[in-house]
Amino acid sequence: MMRSTILSTATTAVFHTAVLFSLYLLFAGHNQPGGGFAGGLVAAAALVVRYVDGGSETVRSLVRIHPMTLLGSGLVLANVTGIGAWLFGGAFLESAKWQWDAPILGVVKTTSALFFDAGVYLVVVALVLMVLRTLGEEGEPS
Amino acid sequence: MTAGWVLAAFFVAAPSTAWLGGRFGPRAAFSAAAVPMTVALLWALRAAPEVLGGDPHRMSWDWVPAIGLQVDLLLDGFALLFVLLITGIGALICLYAAWYFDPDEHVGLLAGLLVAFAGAMVGVVLSDNLLLVYVFWEITSITSYLLIGTKDRLAASRDAALQALLVTGAGGLAMLGGFVLLAQQAGSTSLSGLLADPPSGLAAEVGLGLVLVGALSKSAQVPLHFWLPGAMAAPTPISAYLHSATMVKAGVYLIARFAPPFAEQVAWWRPVVIGFGLTTMVVGGWRALRQHDAKLLLAFGTVSQLGLMVALLGVGVPALTFAGIAVLLAHALYKAALFMVVGVVDHQAHTRDLRALGMVVRRWPFVAAVSVVAALSMAGLGPLFGFVAKEAAFEALLHGRLSPAVTAGVLIGSLLSVAFSARLVWGFWGRLDPAAPPLHPRHGSLADPEHDPAHDDADDTLHRSTPVPFIAPAALLATLSLLAGLWPGLVLPLVEESALALDPRADGGLYLWHGFTGALLLSVIAIVGGAVLLGFRVGVERLQRTLSVWPSAVGAYRSVLRWTLLVAGRVTAVAQNGSLPTYLTVVLTTALVVPAVALAGAVTWPDAAVGFESPLQLVVVVITAAIALGVTVARRRFAAIVCLGGVGFSVALLFVLHGAPDLALTQLLLETLTLIVFVLVLRRLPDRFTLTSWPAARSARLLLAVGVGVFITAFALTAAAQRTEPPVSDGHVARALSEGGGANVVNVILVDFRGFDTLGEITVLATAAVGIAGLVQAGRRRGTP
Repeated sequence: MMRSTILSTATTAVFHTAVLFSLYLLFAGHNQPGGGFAGGLVAAAALVVRYVDGGSETVRSLVRIHPMTLLGSGLVLANVTGIGAWLFGGAFLESAKWQWDAPILGVVKTTSALFFDAGVYLVVVALVLMVLRTLGEEGEPS
Repeated sequence: MTAGWVLAAFFVAAPSTAWLGGRFGPRAAFSAAAVPMTVALLWALRAAPEVLGGDPHRMSWDWVPAIGLQVDLLLDGFALLFVLLITGIGALICLYAAWYFDPDEHVGLLAGLLVAFAGAMVGVVLSDNLLLVYVFWEITSITSYLLIGTKDRLAASRDAALQALLVTGAGGLAMLGGFVLLAQQAGSTSLSGLLADPPSGLAAEVGLGLVLVGALSKSAQVPLHFWLPGAMAAPTPISAYLHSATMVKAGVYLIARFAPPFAEQVAWWRPVVIGFGLTTMVVGGWRALRQHDAKLLLAFGTVSQLGLMVALLGVGVPALTFAGIAVLLAHALYKAALFMVVGVVDHQAHTRDLRALGMVVRRWPFVAAVSVVAALSMAGLGPLFGFVAKEAAFEALLHGRLSPAVTAGVLIGSLLSVAFSARLVWGFWGRLDPAAPPLHPRHGSLADPEHDPAHDDADDTLHRSTPVPFIAPAALLATLSLLAGLWPGLVLPLVEESALALDPRADGGLYLWHGFTGALLLSVIAIVGGAVLLGFRVGVERLQRTLSVWPSAVGAYRSVLRWTLLVAGRVTAVAQNGSLPTYLTVVLTTALVVPAVALAGAVTWPDAAVGFESPLQLVVVVITAAIALGVTVARRRFAAIVCLGGVGFSVALLFVLHGAPDLALTQLLLETLTLIVFVLVLRRLPDRFTLTSWPAARSARLLLAVGVGVFITAFALTAAAQRTEPPVSDGHVARALSEGGGANVVNVILVDFRGFDTLGEITVLATAAVGIAGLVQAGRRRGTP
């Protein structure tokens, strides 16, 4: 396949911004539009753009972890968040809040739901990576 | 609280045991497996004085209060007896297994599963909550399935495992139904509450019947007994533990718990339970008489003895309950010992064929002595505990008001037990069939699923001596049988308190010498009759062969399985013909017809429907409709997919206009990704649609599509007018920041208020991803992507 220069350049320019934006969506999700699902979709879309540009080899070299591992870690993270609430005497998945003064950012408010959302994020990214691997690799002109 | 930790210890230890075994071999694996068993044993022994004094231990912890699922644990006398058997014999089995297994990759897994099984079994007997009993019950079924199927490369082993799982699993499901019915009638899921105040009525009786089905299947009662001999495909330590000493007694356990309160009030209980028990006892004993494989003989012997226990404990009369517990204890002691001995012999001599085992006595006199002691207890001969227990049973039967037919049934069963015990001993002494040519031990094992040619390494295997720790567990159990027989007072408090836990009126005595009573006479008849049967064994075997044309339970099981698979195959071929248009037609027709008919009569139209709030919305709607039409008229697949994506994007625009940025964002991203996945799939499909050449089909599809569209529109319009309760979202908006700690209500609902749903969704997502990846890869391997 001929690689389009325009697409390559644009991809390089957009990719890191998109990943950063996906992380922003993940962290901001609790108070503003976003969340783990949307964040995961943005990150996945960024990877898909890389795939369209450079094929599955590029995606593989970007994400070295096997999608299956990523998928499992996401599920484990979400479950551990739920069980963690038990250890602190709460109900399953009950969220906890922390606030602290960070050096530059000022007062930072975190909830335990962030970890749960991170789990969702990982699952979504892994799902798309698996689609790219299974459906994307065949018939791919080498 | 300790009870909960002890229980948890098993499930924590199971994976670490598996890991240790995989790394350091069988000795390490089974030493690790012995740890939780010993801990639980010590805990039970420490609690024993109080429990035996009539002060049961309790523990309670709310798990899922919404469905009444509580972790209620209760250690009373009967549970204590079981915990002692499970953990005591379990620890001995671990010691034994450490010498039985040669190092290979499966040993770790085996040891880990054994620990998990023991934990589940302790859980079954400690649980005082019906649902909890069910959960642990199923764990025992599943671990048993995995343990039987350890040699998963042998078809016979896989079949046996599946057979055990299907029979006990189906029984377990019936039991769950029964538990739910009983819990509804009783108003709580507490087991002790249910037994203290048994519900009556048809629903309760149906529930009781279903529980009985589960218990009978687990305890291998005729006609569901066949899975137990099949389960002998498992390695011998597993058979000794699961399929003689513990798991198969779970059904007996439940029947014993349920009998005292329900036997009086439910008319059919006694005839049914006693009928199944006695039939099983006789059939099992009869079948045992024709076995040449020592392990199969013991398996049918177990079936027979389980029948006796069900019959005795199922009557629900104080004296018989007492005797039944004595029989149960005696059986656990001698049967585990016998299985271990057979395993030792099999391991050292590489055969279990009774016709070839004459060398046992000559080579390993001590092993032979242990087997004889245990077999005498199985036959019910003095001065062993098996005799004491059987005497107690006869005594209770003679003084009870039951029909003499019951006593006669037990007598026939005991006679058969004497005969098959003698057959085993005769085999060990090499006297079973002097006419038969002596089989070479290495080729002597007939249809032996465990026989592993790798064992045949040296000719001098017959000369190797048996390591002391290998035979010690069996010797210890045989000694216990002897001690408890000589001095029944040793186990009397335990038996007494167990019986009292089941039935406060229970009482009875254990005596080695009753005097010249009717019970002694019955014992003598059984022994003489058994000896006669042994004497005429050639004739008996010939008679058995003649009668073996009877319909067999295994045959019935196989044909049910075959027909189920056949029908399932036919149904699948019709229902899933692989045509997407057909699937879609079925789905849409159902979606149209079922709710439309249901709603047709009871529709409330909204008083005033708002057409649109801003002209922009109208514009977007018109565009959406236009693109949607484009999907239907497109001739090329690529064009249709792009149009479909366009519909999604404009819907996202509508969300934005309605002030739902979260929804719009998600819709937009999802639409993008779906489009890309479609394109990936598209590479393998023809460029253009092939249109059906049958005009009638096209009109029918058109009609269906319009119908669904009209229905969905009408549904959306009227659904808003159907509200009877205030929307839940009000509360969510108010509580989002204070409880969920977030200003974005949508996200707080997703990760907090409805967090469980999200967890379920991502689990489904992950499962689907794994499934799709597997399917695509399988298709690729087969070369038909």
